[in-house]
Amino acid sequence: MIVSHEWLKQFVPHAHTAQEIGEALSRHCVTLDHLETLGTQLAPFVVAQVVEAGRHPNSDRLWVTKVDDGSGTLLDVVCGAPNVVAGHKYPFARTGTIMPGGLKIEQRKIRGETSNGMLCSARELGLGEEHDGILTLETDAAPGTPVLDVIRLADARLDLDVLPNRPDLLSHVGVAREVSAITGAPLHTVPADLTVAPSTVAALTGATMAQGAHAAVTIADAHACPRYVAVVIRGVQVGPSPAWLRQRLESIGARSISNVVDATNYVLHGFGQPVHAFDLATLAERSIVVRATRDGETLVTLDGVERTVAPGTVCICDAAAPVALAGVMGGLHSEVTATTTDILLEVAVFDPRFVRTVRKAVGLSTDASYRFERGIDAGGTQEVARLAAALITQVAGGEVVEVLDVGAPAAPRAPVALRPSRLARLLGVAVPTEEITRRLESIGCRVVSEGQALLVQAPTWRHDLLLEVDLIEEVARLVGFDALPDELRPFRPGSAPDHPLHLAARRVRDVLVGAGLAETRPMPFTATGSEESPRVRNPLAEDEPFLRASVLDTLARRAEYNLSRMQGNLRLFEIGHVFLPRASRLPQEEMRVGALLMGARRPAHFTEPEPPEFDMWDAKDLAERVAGAAFPGRTVSFAPVDGAAAWTVAVDGEGVIGHVEAVTLDRPVWAAPAWGVEITLGVLSSDDVAPARAHAHAPAERESGATRAVRFVPLPSTPAAEIDLALVVPDGTPAAEVESALRRAGGELLEGLTLFDEFRGAGIPEGTRSLAWRLTWRHPERTLRDKEIEGRRTRLLDLLDKELGIRPRAS
Amino acid sequence: MSKDAGPSCSRFRPLPVILSDYLAQADALAQECRALLDSLDAATRLDVAKGQLNALKDERLNALQGALRSLPAEDRRAAGAAFNALKSAIQDALEAFVARQAAASGRQAFDGTMPARRTWRGSLHPVTLVIDEICEIFRELGFTIALGPEAETEWYNFGALNFPPDHPAMELHDTLYLGEETLLRTHTSPVQVRTLQRFAPPVRVLAPGQVYRRDFFDATHAPAFMQLEGLAVDEGVSFVDLKATLAEFARRFYGASRRVRFGPSYFPFVEPGAQMDVEVDLGDGKGLRWVEILGCGMVHPNVIEAAGVDSEKYTGWAFGMGPARIAMSRYGVNDIRIFYDSDVRFLEQFAR
Repeated sequence: MIVSHEWLKQFVPHAHTAQEIGEALSRHCVTLDHLETLGTQLAPFVVAQVVEAGRHPNSDRLWVTKVDDGSGTLLDVVCGAPNVVAGHKYPFARTGTIMPGGLKIEQRKIRGETSNGMLCSARELGLGEEHDGILTLETDAAPGTPVLDVIRLADARLDLDVLPNRPDLLSHVGVAREVSAITGAPLHTVPADLTVAPSTVAALTGATMAQGAHAAVTIADAHACPRYVAVVIRGVQVGPSPAWLRQRLESIGARSISNVVDATNYVLHGFGQPVHAFDLATLAERSIVVRATRDGETLVTLDGVERTVAPGTVCICDAAAPVALAGVMGGLHSEVTATTTDILLEVAVFDPRFVRTVRKAVGLSTDASYRFERGIDAGGTQEVARLAAALITQVAGGEVVEVLDVGAPAAPRAPVALRPSRLARLLGVAVPTEEITRRLESIGCRVVSEGQALLVQAPTWRHDLLLEVDLIEEVARLVGFDALPDELRPFRPGSAPDHPLHLAARRVRDVLVGAGLAETRPMPFTATGSEESPRVRNPLAEDEPFLRASVLDTLARRAEYNLSRMQGNLRLFEIGHVFLPRASRLPQEEMRVGALLMGARRPAHFTEPEPPEFDMWDAKDLAERVAGAAFPGRTVSFAPVDGAAAWTVAVDGEGVIGHVEAVTLDRPVWAAPAWGVEITLGVLSSDDVAPARAHAHAPAERESGATRAVRFVPLPSTPAAEIDLALVVPDGTPAAEVESALRRAGGELLEGLTLFDEFRGAGIPEGTRSLAWRLTWRHPERTLRDKEIEGRRTRLLDLLDKELGIRPRAS
Repeated sequence: MSKDAGPSCSRFRPLPVILSDYLAQADALAQECRALLDSLDAATRLDVAKGQLNALKDERLNALQGALRSLPAEDRRAAGAAFNALKSAIQDALEAFVARQAAASGRQAFDGTMPARRTWRGSLHPVTLVIDEICEIFRELGFTIALGPEAETEWYNFGALNFPPDHPAMELHDTLYLGEETLLRTHTSPVQVRTLQRFAPPVRVLAPGQVYRRDFFDATHAPAFMQLEGLAVDEGVSFVDLKATLAEFARRFYGASRRVRFGPSYFPFVEPGAQMDVEVDLGDGKGLRWVEILGCGMVHPNVIEAAGVDSEKYTGWAFGMGPARIAMSRYGVNDIRIFYDSDVRFLEQFAR
């Protein structure tokens, strides 16, 4: 909402600066987004009177003038304007003045004649494009008076961030009410701009229609249009607006069109009520009918576009056809033109939802629809009609001959009880009842005491004051939030424990950062999906409408982004949500961690100029660590995926929770292969916790630290015995199978079993490989003898030979 | 070991009895000593080198010394000079070896200016760093962390939060819809309702999470971004608690000397609705200025009732803020898209 400070002062005369008003509004009412000072470019210019004007001796087009700029000395000024006349006053730039374009006026000779300053055109002052001649000032002001005092342009434009709950602030009178409530300055609901004579025409009223001598109004749909006031004004003279009206509109950035149209715009921005003037002669049977649209009806709106009137909605028609999109825009055919003499002025109330439907159907948002959708002051219809008619006759002449008032006046608002005790409880500090009353009355409420409570009736322009708490807010903001004490008071700890997935994510994240990975936060949209994939129905960009089912998929795209920037050493991770299709309203939502490794395992160092690349074994380790952090105290196991360097990851009690795999991505030849891990941390239920207006309170299930605590194993006091065993293992036999046989044969004193070598080649038969384990035995009470170790070794080898046909590698 | 004569193995040589023999033998020994020392690796320890040299020369040098007496008197002078020359030649060869050794060991001297053997440094996303810092402060003020789904029902996202149906307030949230009544949450506030339905008051939770708006992806907007919600509900919780807690947060987050102010604002789910501004220096050379940091207010009684809780008995306050915006000003980021690009050159700047 753009508010002109000067216009505002027409409603609430005050002595504050625009800056102070903006600040006060921000603290108590509505945020000031921006403050713009207008007319500052005129500050250097003064009024000057041309005392003599004569032809330049050396030019046919130039004049040599004597100019009185109030300094006491007449100045010689050369001027090229055709309209310079002795005795007239013009804006004058003295020598030394810097023009809006940056040019500095200096004393100089023009064709041999000295010129001390410049008489200016409108364009030179930055006041539009007019430059046929210098700007004649019709003023009594003495020479030397600042031009700003003559052309009343000095103003400030306040850009207020009006939120949807306060449509009453979408007008100057609405903002003025708040300024009055905050500063105490008196409010004038009729601005000083207007001269309003007492009305002599009594309104013709009717519940659904009114027929007068000059026009008729019928409401066929009282739901969409509860009230329609039509004022017939005859004998207007359409023409340019007076300067003050043009200036009002220009001060808020609107364009002047004609006196009648400007008057309706003044009413819109001044009082917040959209009004529309029809050329009465163009209305069939001089009548207005608010009725349901019929199939195939169209209307050319003021902007020249032919629109199909949304079928099944309501529009403003004459006896034959639509003439306006109710609450949105008028029709071109019934527009007020230069030849219009009789007008029908519409001041109506439209239902906000109805206007919203129409606006959306035609895709056209206007100042009018914006206000109707948020709700106008339904109690002010008659008064606005009176003021609007007065303004039109003031600026365009004519006479009000008829007023038709159809529909019901707005019902008064039901009073709301406000308990000062409740206010004190909610705000944390008591406000005296007298002050509560005074504050509420200052914004137009009626307040009466009833026992311990106050009965408050909100004004018709406040649609947001429906509950006790709404009134408490009014008192709080008018007192000022900053005036409330800043005092930390005791509180009880909450009953909700940390969400377990948050805790798991924190642990996993620390592991990954510790392992040298960088956290990413990409978006979970993806270009590919199936029929069942959850997708956004109304995406802005159509290229990625699906919700992802895999975090690793997102990371692969991010890796490609890096590869295209020649970054090939990547260690990325993300903890985020995936959305899986299921037979329910909402997708199954899981929190997952994805990690991607590619490129050098370590940074290059002078001792290792070309470090090895990450491989599947690094990814497997990362998966082990992530799963361990996510599910502390649980056993993590891996199952190889046939024929690929890939595993599924399982946790006891949870089943399969993720996988390790080679990541498929668009990889340039120079880049290393990419390896990925994706592990599900858990499901985020999107089921309703409880039905609406019900709860499902239950004691919180807290995981105590004891359940996940590591059990300590006493440290050994005896030495261990260690042997290395290199075995020739056929290719079909997995290492895990050999290992399990070793464990069985090693007996209960076997403490450690580490696979430390794999070798193929010289000395090892085709179709086999050599695998070497280091075995550690330890007796808890004594040192094992060499013979005992030798015996174990022999038993082991016997068993391996018998069960698996595996023999030791010949040394 | 080879049985052939090596430099260290002695072999019988007849004593020289004539001058020419004497001179030839002295010359040969000098050459052999020089050859031995030259052949040794520079890393050979000095005592080892001397041992080998002694084994080669000692016997023969003694023999040559003894032979001096058996030479004719007129030849002794010349032979004596040759003997002395032999001794100094051996000494020179040894010194040359020591010098060579010193030069070699000089190359292996420790150079402490060489770089460490580094490992990769991991990093948290800048938005995470901001969220963590905010959460840490609120944890000290008694808050725990709550989470909720990002795909939500219209009821949790709007209905339960007192959004009037078909009202322009909805247009503050350009919504991405998944179905008729399902959507991607436009704010973290649905977690307020879920938490109040699940846990009995007192409740003090923070809900960080991703939210979605139907916005174009440009320098200042993203269709998905992080939000951080806070909720405190109990008997007797008041606007003073809201104000004091949030001001305390602001002083801890921005610095104790920062000024804080509260002004009116509007969110359907709070009443009174407010915003908190903090006077901060955004590091753009414009000095201190008021910046809106968060929206807040007393939880609307309709929201408390929607969760099945008695709004007459319990009151509460809530706030919401955008950690990405804070991260942008804190780290001097002027294009929000870099937060999503996942360029490692950006992410690694936040490595620890």
